[in-house]
Amino acid sequence: MKIIICIKQVPETGNIKIDPETHTLIRSGVPSIVNPLDLYAVEEALRWKEKLSVTTTVITMGPPQAKEALKEALSMGIDEGILLSDPQFAGADTFATSYTLSLAIKKLMPYNLILCGKQAIDGDTAQVGPGIAEHLDIPHLAYIRKIEEIDQKKGTLRAQRLMDDGYEIIEVKLPALLTVVKEINEPRLPSLKGKMRARKADLPVWKAEDLCHEDEGFFGLSASPTQVKTIFAPPSKVNVEIITGEAEEISQLLIERLKTQKIL
Amino acid sequence: MDYFLTEDQQMIQDLARRVTQEKIVPFRAEFDEREEFAWDIMNNLAEMDLFGVYLPEEYGGVGGGCFELCLVVEELSRACGGIAISFAASALGAYPIFLYGNDQQKKKYLPQIAAGKKLGAFALTEADAGSDAGRIKTTARLDGDQYVLNGTKQWITNGGEAEIYTVIAMTDKSRGSRGASAFIVEKGTPGFEFGKKEKKMGIRSSCTRELIFTDCRVLKENLLSRAGMGFIIAMRTLDTSRPGIGAQAVGIAQGALDEAVTYARERVQFGKPISSFQAIQHMMADMATQVEAARALVYMAAKNIDSGAKDISKISAMSKVFASDVAMKVTTDAVQILGGYGYMRDYPVEKMMRDAKITQIYEGTNQIQRNVIALQLIKEKAKGK
Ligand SMILES: Cc1cc2nc3c(=O)[nH]c(=O)nc-3n(C[C@H](O)[C@H](O)[C@H](O)COP(=O)(O)OP(=O)(O)OC[C@H]3O[C@@H](n4cnc5c(N)ncnc54)[C@H](O)[C@@H]3O)c2cc1C
Ligand SMILES: Cc1cc2nc3c(=O)[nH]c(=O)nc-3n(C[C@H](O)[C@H](O)[C@H](O)COP(=O)(O)OP(=O)(O)OC[C@H]3O[C@@H](n4cnc5c(N)ncnc54)[C@H](O)[C@@H]3O)c2cc1C
Repeated sequence: MKIIICIKQVPETGNIKIDPETHTLIRSGVPSIVNPLDLYAVEEALRWKEKLSVTTTVITMGPPQAKEALKEALSMGIDEGILLSDPQFAGADTFATSYTLSLAIKKLMPYNLILCGKQAIDGDTAQVGPGIAEHLDIPHLAYIRKIEEIDQKKGTLRAQRLMDDGYEIIEVKLPALLTVVKEINEPRLPSLKGKMRARKADLPVWKAEDLCHEDEGFFGLSASPTQVKTIFAPPSKVNVEIITGEAEEISQLLIERLKTQKIL
Repeated sequence: MDYFLTEDQQMIQDLARRVTQEKIVPFRAEFDEREEFAWDIMNNLAEMDLFGVYLPEEYGGVGGGCFELCLVVEELSRACGGIAISFAASALGAYPIFLYGNDQQKKKYLPQIAAGKKLGAFALTEADAGSDAGRIKTTARLDGDQYVLNGTKQWITNGGEAEIYTVIAMTDKSRGSRGASAFIVEKGTPGFEFGKKEKKMGIRSSCTRELIFTDCRVLKENLLSRAGMGFIIAMRTLDTSRPGIGAQAVGIAQGALDEAVTYARERVQFGKPISSFQAIQHMMADMATQVEAARALVYMAAKNIDSGAKDISKISAMSKVFASDVAMKVTTDAVQILGGYGYMRDYPVEKMMRDAKITQIYEGTNQIQRNVIALQLIKEKAKGK
């Protein structure tokens, strides 16, 4: 059985700064991490690897330094990693990103299961996982909080999908794609031997020409139907008054204010 | 300061720092309060291969030495001296096997300890034999192809939690300290039981228990080296492991210093952060200088041991004495800088002060270590060195 895990390298949000003029993320100088939810996908693959006979492959699309993300997954115990990196891929929206990833996954056939994080902490759309499944024309389940069973003989998988008011139990035919939420497990930290192995690991880089696609212009910005018109911080609709001063004064003021508003 | 760590050592330090930040810092106060042994964290350390940093690859380790062990102990200690000693005491139990075991014994026990699947422990001290370890009363009598152990060991770190114990017992009382021998005893051996768990001032997440042997039979093949080698094994083990206690002390002190500096910048009195008062600044400057000096000495002692040097007693004793005295002083000063808040359990420095104290006591009290250093100085002079 083969599990493919899609991971994304993202800026560490604790340190995120927004450019005050363009309102976009300032990415330079911000340390990169593996998208936290993707580590849950990696962990889930590793847990099934401990139970069944499974090979695990991580893929990521990103700049050359995204190799670090692959190494992190390898140091946790993933078998192999592939980087999709080409200047042509740059500026991809979720459609182009998921298309590129789906071409790479086709090259890795046969596979049984694809795991993604529910969403990335930077782009935040939660579209890439389902997008890949559509491009591959396989079923997908989003928001998975538990994989109950994988039946290799029947070629099915049963999982719990998180809902607002509970969860659903769903069975799918494999191959399928799942996006996972953090209730699914607790990711392990990398191991020393894993890190030593990852340091030496040979990580292939696939470029546009390595992915078979019919035409030019299927990657990156030119293949991205989404257009960003403007980016802005939504204006605040409520008037906020901040009362400052010593604790006693503030509380007095607050009580008076609440009384005049007839709340107290 | 840059200690020019190799890539592997850097990796070990990074991993230890990460597990400390992510898994220990958020829970250390609870473990301390509940006096609970941190099995989850031991399992994390095991999964990360950190239990094997000082053992060669052929025994399941990653090929480092005493220095690598110190790096891990220091990082863990920055957050919790108790969790750090539970980790380090496993190495203390493994060292006699590593240093004196035959190939069969090493192959049987070391890989399990290196993988963190089983913890180790080392048992020398008894109620009436602390500093004066030569007075231990636990006996091991040869009976056919077995030794029969009787007696009680006191204050054994990891007692009850560990699976593999190195136990020092008298095989021939008439020969005094030359009549002691070292045995590997596994938990579960009939006649081997545990006494009560001690209630301690500090390192409260570590576990300290009595080991009680009543006609406990172990196979002759569990004897380490030869009969009569017990004290030599114990002393060499402690000489090798002592910089680890130095590293524990350095880590605790560094943790307290970090808390003190952070707090001093935030706490405002007389309209200014207290870090602007020279009295506080000088205290912090001394603390930082002492911690760095202690670290340098501990690292050099560990490197000396790893180089295969023969005479390691003096440098090993020095590293532990100096670092533990620094830890006690620095943690006390950290509490002082935090004032009343420092005395409260809401802040971690009071725990660090409680944890620091033990480093002046165990693995040979600082008085005994000074005896060792002085004796060595006199011997060296006599030899004309
Ligand atoms: C209009 C528009 C313009 C953009 N322009 C830029 C830009 O100029 N520069 C830029 O850096 N970003 C840009 N982005 C962001 C980028 O397109 C998205 O980050 C990317 O497509 C992934 O979407 P997401 O972050 O929302 O991921 P989600 O859909 O939230 O991610 C879900 C899961 O999909 C998988 N996944 C997502 N991305 C990858 C990947 N690259 N490799 C492997 N697996 C992955 C992971 O498992 C992840 O957990 C732009 C986005 C939009 C909408
Ligand atoms: C929490 C904890 C964990 C421990 N873990 C272990 C363990 O895992 N394995 C193990 O074998 N032991 C362990 N010990 C025992 C520890 O090593 C001893 O406590 C230590 O060696 C001191 O012995 P003692 O407490 O009997 O003190 P004593 O020897 O009774 O000393 C009392 C005081 O007298 C001083 N003193 C004694 N003799 C001299 C001298 N000749 N010159 C000057 N001063 C002297 C000492 O320095 C000390 O200040 C542990 C102890 C504690 C408290």
